[in-house]
Amino acid sequence: MDEIIHSFPAHQEPDEDPGHDEHAHHDPGFWRGYVFSTDHKIIGIQYGFTALCFLLFGFFLMLLMRWQIAHPGQPVPFLGPLMAEILGQPAAGGVISPDLYNSFGAMHGTIMIFLGVVPLAFAAFGNYVVPLMIGAPDMAFPRVNMASYQAYVLGGIVMVVSFFIPGGAAQAGWTSYSPLATSIPTHGQAFWIIGMVLLITSSLLGAVNFIATIIQLRAPGMTWMRMPFFVWAQFVTAFLLLLAFPPLEAAALMQLMDNVAHTSFFLPTGLAIGGKLAHVSGGGSPLLWQHLFWFLGHPEVYVLILPAMGIVAEIIANNTRKPLWGYKSKVYSVLAIGFLSFIVWAHHMYLTGMGTKISAFFQTTTMAVSIPSVIILTCLFISLWGGSIRFNTPMLFALAFLPMFGIGGLTGLPLGFNASDVYLHDTYYVIAHFHYVVAPGTIFALFAGIYYWLPKITGRRMNEFWGRVHFWGSFVFMNVVFMPMFVQGMKGMLRRMADGGANYSAARVPGVIDTLPGSIMAMHTWILWGAMALGLAQIPFIINLFWSIKHGERVGTNPWRSTTLEWQTPTPPPHGNFARPPQIYRGPYEYSVPGHDTDFTPQNEPEAPVTAPRISPVPVLH
Amino acid sequence: MDIPYVVQPRPDTGIYNAKAGIWLFLASEVMLFGGLFSAYVLLRVGADPGTWPHGWQNVTLGTINTLVLALSAVTTLLAWVACKVRQFGKFKFFHACTLLLALTFLCIKLFEYHDHLTHYEIQLTDGRIADGHMMENNPNEDYVLIDGRYVERETDLIDLRAQKDIREAEIKIPRAQIKDMESYGPWHNDYLALYFTLTGLHALHILAGGIVIGYLWGPGRKLWKTEPEHFTNRVEVSGLFWHFVDLVWIFLFPVLYLT
Amino acid sequence: MSDLKTARPHNAPSVSEPELSGHAVDFNSYLRRCVYVFVAVLCSVSLMLWASYLPQAHFDWPLKVKLILAVACGNAFLVAGFLMHLISEKKMIYTVLAFTVFFAAAMMWLTLYAMQDFPAGTTH
Repeated sequence: MDEIIHSFPAHQEPDEDPGHDEHAHHDPGFWRGYVFSTDHKIIGIQYGFTALCFLLFGFFLMLLMRWQIAHPGQPVPFLGPLMAEILGQPAAGGVISPDLYNSFGAMHGTIMIFLGVVPLAFAAFGNYVVPLMIGAPDMAFPRVNMASYQAYVLGGIVMVVSFFIPGGAAQAGWTSYSPLATSIPTHGQAFWIIGMVLLITSSLLGAVNFIATIIQLRAPGMTWMRMPFFVWAQFVTAFLLLLAFPPLEAAALMQLMDNVAHTSFFLPTGLAIGGKLAHVSGGGSPLLWQHLFWFLGHPEVYVLILPAMGIVAEIIANNTRKPLWGYKSKVYSVLAIGFLSFIVWAHHMYLTGMGTKISAFFQTTTMAVSIPSVIILTCLFISLWGGSIRFNTPMLFALAFLPMFGIGGLTGLPLGFNASDVYLHDTYYVIAHFHYVVAPGTIFALFAGIYYWLPKITGRRMNEFWGRVHFWGSFVFMNVVFMPMFVQGMKGMLRRMADGGANYSAARVPGVIDTLPGSIMAMHTWILWGAMALGLAQIPFIINLFWSIKHGERVGTNPWRSTTLEWQTPTPPPHGNFARPPQIYRGPYEYSVPGHDTDFTPQNEPEAPVTAPRISPVPVLH
Repeated sequence: MDIPYVVQPRPDTGIYNAKAGIWLFLASEVMLFGGLFSAYVLLRVGADPGTWPHGWQNVTLGTINTLVLALSAVTTLLAWVACKVRQFGKFKFFHACTLLLALTFLCIKLFEYHDHLTHYEIQLTDGRIADGHMMENNPNEDYVLIDGRYVERETDLIDLRAQKDIREAEIKIPRAQIKDMESYGPWHNDYLALYFTLTGLHALHILAGGIVIGYLWGPGRKLWKTEPEHFTNRVEVSGLFWHFVDLVWIFLFPVLYLT
Repeated sequence: MSDLKTARPHNAPSVSEPELSGHAVDFNSYLRRCVYVFVAVLCSVSLMLWASYLPQAHFDWPLKVKLILAVACGNAFLVAGFLMHLISEKKMIYTVLAFTVFFAAAMMWLTLYAMQDFPAGTTH
């Protein structure tokens, strides 16, 4: 293990003086330099920290919900009185009321997806790394980049503020189905919509920036098929955001009109609320909302996973010291995923009364889209074969991603089939499925990325021992939390039940068939303890992260001995990244090439004169 | 290192950065209005037969607006051409025209909105419906005065195209006879909801485009002196956005006014 | 790959559209093209108005809608093709727009189909 940890070469300055670019930039000061910055690296860091804070907040909401599920109607320990103080009636006596539970559920989903994972995976990592990886001085539109971050922060503020308005935050699920979303007597739903519009704006601006940057600002010699796979993944993700978000924005606008202007886009004729006929014009269609929502909703899940696959690919190539297996297959697969993901959305709507023909269509495309995903995962697995694997912390998370995403992906198949989905829809099986892909899937990849790229951002690496503690704790307890949910779901336990299914339990209605047995209800306690342990496992990570930024072990500019361009810059990369446009000579994964002195050749290293082939084997570094 | 291809196009793609950016943005706008249009198609196709309004818009005003926007699209293009041939005077003239035409469009739109929002459908206690423009609605008085007509059933108000010679007169209605009163706003029915939402979003785009073009025509023209080609690119990019807004109207007009 | 030059000074004359490197003559030819396009747009609008007011007895709404939308598409082609000079634009832009139009059409058509397709025997 010492060998592995101490394989980092001593701190070395790069050979070339990075110099200053022609327009000498004097110090922009604190506000222009760190708050209103247009530099993609600063914006990436801003996105990263903000997103991590939201992830933590979403995690707390989940802990509160898991408490309520395991102990329905009982006051929350420690936090109960505080909640009653701040939130008032919905948390009276420190007990999470059903309405409050619903708002936690809706906001947990919204915050984790739109304020946590997407900004971290796409915007944070993408902003920092992509321009460096393609040899660009910055994003194509730096000021638009800053605007997209600001829209994101504004959207986040609106979402958080909605907790404190009378009536509370949105309670109709992160899916905000009409007519429920229009009937709930709180302005929280309108806040949710306005927050979503701001977040969508942020994503759209970001997507335009990413695509234009990747198309226009690749350095000389950086052809499409020489780009690292991470860049391809971000490219496709940006297209998904660009084309799939606007219909949701249109639908959100219409739902806002329903809420505020009393229109009936999604409210059917004859709608009754609270037993009385609603005073609306009617004629609307609740299904229309669902179609428009899921038109985004499905590509959105690929937005969650593709950057993660990209990160894992980079880390695996680097830590196996060999090229990725099947680079071309992966590129074509990621393009296929991008295309197909637009025409599968109604597999979220199998139970809405769609006919057999259209269900068969969506079932077919859903099965088809699983194929390129499997191809990518298989290529990653095969990439391990014959590699000299270094088991550092990023690699541990990247390796764990593979089986975890495998479980998540495979458990999606019964949901993609219409027939089996009739039973599994809206059960805990679905929750387990999508959490497996996002939590021990994407989030593990994001952890891997943080451990991997922090040395480039700060010139210091995170503590390896605590990194492993973080890894094992997270890995074990993610499975403790989510694996039982498959069982609960298959036994018929439904989603979004504030009492944890107590109403349907065998204890409450003995002798009735298909109630939830005690063994299933007992799992709630396991899951609660697992979730709390999972939370505790994150503490070493948080401390490690902040401590390492200031006091971590110093490393050189390319501590992982990587071939990709972002490691060929000074640390941290200066404003403008490169003094002159780098010239690219080769593909992104030239590891362990026979005949070379070192086991890696950076993309921008000039061609060395050909020497006679060496007889001794190429030295292998662990 | 400066960001390349801000002004000169990149050889292998043939475009400069902002042009890539604006077309990508316009693609997202196609999906945005596409979402709204698909809502329109769905709600109209799914409506019960005989319940979808016809002829509720002022076709004359709509046609004028269509021609105003088409003309503004032409003046926008010519403003860019003027920049390309370095005739700044012509640029100033043509974009001044564009801005005036944009203002005209918005004024006509505002008038149309006002027209709808002052048009009321009043359901009376005896089962009849009075329908027309509100002339007087003084809360202190015990009547309302409208310029309209009586109809027997609500369905008589749906298809105005099929009705010839609609006679309108001043009608005084005592408040005691009024069961329910609703203006022709987006809450009135789905057609109007779609009308206000579609044209409202479109008008916001006109406003935004007008502000950008106004900025380039006004304070932004400083860039012309130092970097004329960069300025020309900005004019082209904002022009492309403007043309897109015209494109949306080309579909909005027939769909809302003519069918 | 192609030999990419570093960025030239910003105010060098444009080489992307050579016919505009000059003078009044070039401007006027553009002006003439614009007038033709505008006249074509005027004609399409008149055509749409005429189609809209065809007698209801012989032409029902679905047919009129199809006719009017077809003319609108022609009108859109004029604006996009000539005024946005999409006709002379680069492949990258075409490709993005082609995918966009495909997805927009798929969204509209599949949603419409889904809402009209019911399991047999479940509706009156």
